[in-house]
Amino acid sequence: MSKDLKEKYGTTGHSWDGIEELNTPMPRWWLWTFYACIFWAVLYTIAFPAWPLITGATPGVLGFSTRGEVAEEIAAVEQANMQINQQLASVELTSIAGDPELNQYAVSAGAAVFKTWCAQCHGSGAAGAVGYPNLLDDDWLWGGDIEAIHTTVTHGIRNDTDPDARYSQMPAFGTDDLLEDAQIDAVVNYVMSLSGEPQDAGLVSEGAEVFAENCASCHMEDGTGDREQGAPNLTDAIWLYGGDYATLKETVEKARFGVMPNWNSRLTEAQIRAVATYVHQLGGGE
Amino acid sequence: MSSTEPQAPESLYTAREPIFPRRVKGTFRNLKWVIMAITLGIYYLTPWIRWDRGPQLPDQAVLVDLANRRFFFFFIEIWPHEFYFIAGLLVMAGLGLFLFTSALGRVWCGYTCPQTVWTDLFILVERWIEGDRNARLRLHRQKKWDARKLRLRVTKWVTWFLIAMATGGAWVFYFTDAPTLLVDLVTFNAHPVAYTTILVLTATTFIFGGFMREQICIYACPWPRIQAAMMDEDTITVAYREWRGEPRGKHRKAEGAELLGDCIDCNACVNVCPMGIDIRDGQQLACITCALCIDACDDVMEKVGKPRGLIDYMALTDEQAERQGAEPRPIIKHILRPRTILYTVLWAAIGVALVVALFLRSDIDMTVAPIRNPTFVTLSDGTIRNTYDVRLRNKHGEDRPFLVSLEGAPGMTLTLEGAEDAVVTVPADSIRLQRVYIMAAPDSAAAGAERTDVTILVEDVSSGEHAEKDTVFNGRTN
Repeated sequence: MSKDLKEKYGTTGHSWDGIEELNTPMPRWWLWTFYACIFWAVLYTIAFPAWPLITGATPGVLGFSTRGEVAEEIAAVEQANMQINQQLASVELTSIAGDPELNQYAVSAGAAVFKTWCAQCHGSGAAGAVGYPNLLDDDWLWGGDIEAIHTTVTHGIRNDTDPDARYSQMPAFGTDDLLEDAQIDAVVNYVMSLSGEPQDAGLVSEGAEVFAENCASCHMEDGTGDREQGAPNLTDAIWLYGGDYATLKETVEKARFGVMPNWNSRLTEAQIRAVATYVHQLGGGE
Repeated sequence: MSSTEPQAPESLYTAREPIFPRRVKGTFRNLKWVIMAITLGIYYLTPWIRWDRGPQLPDQAVLVDLANRRFFFFFIEIWPHEFYFIAGLLVMAGLGLFLFTSALGRVWCGYTCPQTVWTDLFILVERWIEGDRNARLRLHRQKKWDARKLRLRVTKWVTWFLIAMATGGAWVFYFTDAPTLLVDLVTFNAHPVAYTTILVLTATTFIFGGFMREQICIYACPWPRIQAAMMDEDTITVAYREWRGEPRGKHRKAEGAELLGDCIDCNACVNVCPMGIDIRDGQQLACITCALCIDACDDVMEKVGKPRGLIDYMALTDEQAERQGAEPRPIIKHILRPRTILYTVLWAAIGVALVVALFLRSDIDMTVAPIRNPTFVTLSDGTIRNTYDVRLRNKHGEDRPFLVSLEGAPGMTLTLEGAEDAVVTVPADSIRLQRVYIMAAPDSAAAGAERTDVTILVEDVSSGEHAEKDTVFNGRTN
């Protein structure tokens, strides 16, 4: 270490194994930079929201707010999507799938709508739950083509708020004393035989008679159901409430009455079409 | 640790002492000119090299396409998922710096650091316009801003500014097609980000190269501190042969001159130093080992008829040996030692691994993400279906038909959402997200098993390239 420098600046007074540190002065521009930063910080708190008050903070002379910025961004996205939303709301429903750009937009937008409005009942993966149909499979109560799905989403099922809602009602054969307990036992066994589930073979023929008289008008003579009335297909492997003996007996005794809201009062036509397109391409669309 | 009373300096802050490096000629100065020409040439010209990759890909040899998330380097194209190449290069750069620093000290600082190169260029411009050291000193001390001083200063600043603007301008060409951007820039049609970037880099180049100079190295840069930890007694640094030079003295004809060392105290080494230090004080933080003092001193030693090398590249161990009259070890023996060899081996191993990985990677690729919400779906005939999000990658410059197939257990089939057959077209240089269904027949083993291992295969029908991914099929277990 130069003796000149040591004499000129002195040391910090610390010595480690004979190694000393010069007390070299800071460069003056560094000091000015420091003052400039302080000045900038003061200006910043005047320009932007900064000082906490009782009920909020000083708004800042530039009037900036993060909420306002988000609102602007949302408005900008809506503006940018306006044209494709108009297109989505006005084209033939069946032509959406054939237009790759429109289809991709509808599926993406529909996924967002689904997760916001539909996932509560049908699940975030659209796999449904007991009483709430699984939208991934190929079994549809009211039809699985794009138009049928669109109608279902628009008007809903068995609600009081839309006169165009799909409607049907299964009689409560037990609680309304329409069938004897033994008859219900028999028809449950018959229904289980339709989809090949283990059942009491001795009751099946009696059950078939009960079925033909009481159930076939909606569920059809062969038990394949009727989409016009939302009557489930009883011959397949899919059960909305459960296919075991106890659940089926409960269904026949007390009936089922699944309700879905009409979405035309809450969603735009473009949103409804988007979510219908999304549901249609989940793997079961017809 | 012992403590003595700190001595209070006169002031806590001092103004910068301006430095006016004198012109110097010699081996290392020439080497620095060559390195400056090469590094600046690479920087300014690289974006203008063209490289044909086919009609649907950019034809710029080196392009960082942030918008499309691609990095092009001549025949190499890096996608975001191949970032390990960049990570590997960064590790190599790190090891390379370890190697060079442990062998040659701050050779990066002295020769190739952008701060050094641009400062050198700015000093060159300054000398052309205002003259050499003494002329610049006079101009600096001249208080009165007469027409001449104003003219020289303005000319210098304008020239600096143009260089700075070219520097900031060259940077943006790496990120988009250079000829298109140049036209957009001059017709004021370029994106504001381009102008902002140029503005910021112009300002930093102008200020750092023209005014901050050595202060960046001394006050702002962490690298001198880090490097100090990597140097050892065998590291080659610029040093002064104190035992030969001292006692220094100017008056060679005075009485007692025969007692003086070789240093004639001409201050040539100090005057040429761009960092404004005296190398005769020993190795110090501010020294970037640019070796200009070696050139300056050798020149003087030759004139006064003394051997060259009073200031020289040498290692710490040589000092002790030379003081005792021994010969210094050859430079090559300082460089070749276990530590540097280890760095070289590690560096080369990563390099070889990267090259091998580069040539082994396929131009088609896929990832498979099984959908777990729900794990399976029962279809009306009792078939169990699993769904997979498959991302098909096509790195070719044209669209390619991909055939997706399945290698699984008996009774399993594969279909694609939205496609009649198992062939889908993946657009050029992009990823297609394709939903894939795998079905297991109602009575098959897979339908009832909790897990069945399956493999999804993909083949480029037009070229035969293929890839495969193992995944899992979940059956109905309740």
